[in-house]
Amino acid sequence: MKVTITVNGQTHESDIEPRTLLVQYVRDTLGLTGTNIGCDTSSCGACSLHVNGESVKSCTMLAAQADGCEVTTIEGLAKDGVMHPMQTAFMENHGLQCGYCTPGMVMASISLLKENPNPTEEEVRIGLEGNLCRCTGYHNIVKSVLAAAQAK
Amino acid sequence: MIPAPFDYKRASSAEEAIALVGEYGDEAKFLAGGHSLLPLMKLRLAQPAVLVDIARITDLSYIRDAGDHIAIGALTRHMDVEKSPIVLQHAPLLANAASHVGDPQVRHRGTIGGSIAHADSASDLPATTLALGATYVVQGPNGVREIPANEFYVGFLESALAPDEMLTEIRVPKMNGATWGFQKFNRRAQDWAIVGVAAWKRGTESGVALVNMGSVPVLATSVAQAIASGASISEAAELAAAEAEPQSDLNASAEYRVHLAKVLVRRALESTNA
Repeated sequence: MKVTITVNGQTHESDIEPRTLLVQYVRDTLGLTGTNIGCDTSSCGACSLHVNGESVKSCTMLAAQADGCEVTTIEGLAKDGVMHPMQTAFMENHGLQCGYCTPGMVMASISLLKENPNPTEEEVRIGLEGNLCRCTGYHNIVKSVLAAAQAK
Repeated sequence: MIPAPFDYKRASSAEEAIALVGEYGDEAKFLAGGHSLLPLMKLRLAQPAVLVDIARITDLSYIRDAGDHIAIGALTRHMDVEKSPIVLQHAPLLANAASHVGDPQVRHRGTIGGSIAHADSASDLPATTLALGATYVVQGPNGVREIPANEFYVGFLESALAPDEMLTEIRVPKMNGATWGFQKFNRRAQDWAIVGVAAWKRGTESGVALVNMGSVPVLATSVAQAIASGASISEAAELAAAEAEPQSDLNASAEYRVHLAKVLVRRALESTNA
């Protein structure tokens, strides 16, 4: 089937199998491998990206469902070589260890601040409940999100 | 994991969706947010030959004040139910339960109608709407009918919906100042409830339903009857599992679930949220 999906500002017309998952589409069809696949069962959040500005788990969405939508992946955040404030906050606060969950964490965190610009620490922890860090580096991840909220 | 191959159709109205599913019979499934169906398809526990995507039927996404009840379009997403001023004012128990579904990413996609039509006793919203005495409006090739929540759940992942019928609206009676509690007992963030309880109380009137206490969501009528005849909350909560037939699984034995139900029903009814 034919789909037209705008990813990181660039519109792509693609002929895909209906069963193509959105995460497969960005990784395999478009070669944007910044979005990771973790659990593949919508639990871990590693594959989080934005569809029309909201975080979703791209392992549990068909590319067909994103037809006509605007998708943003981790690759689409930096502008002209300048990192997104959330990326900067993760870097400055050491909000990552092995880095596998990081793209999903960053995408979920941006979506969280969009809905709740000044969250408490508890609200950040609850707001990121859909993202698992198997290094258990949550302390600095939460610190990063709070710093990003402050920086705005 | 990638689902088995299927044909994908997109409907722009309820009528078109029902006609499409009617064409393919048992081989077809409605796809809303996909957060119940796609995981099953990835595990090959469901292999529909045709998916009819109904998520673009935008006129089925709404929340309205309808006098004595609120009317929620089946395609309203959990995030929109959770944050709706109308739901927060008139059915705060439902708003709170919606905020406990999955995680934010799931709530950006999953819909109230999808969750109810999937009829999973471990889901939060089937039991919550059951406790609130909701009515489900369904549309089929021969028109529209209303199904009370307490007649809707007939077996494990099985509802009173015919294959070519679509859930279109959920009608939730206004809570009119009732106190309420939603208790979800799980061991990890974003997990399904090992046992959950949705309950409200207004004087001697009450409604209590249980999550994951059997193959269907359970209306704890004995608890409500005990409250109506003057029992204390602690006494009534002892009857929490009277209608339930819980299973044992990796998370909990049936006996432990019964214990949890009693404790959680008591906590939910003692809650002073209003």
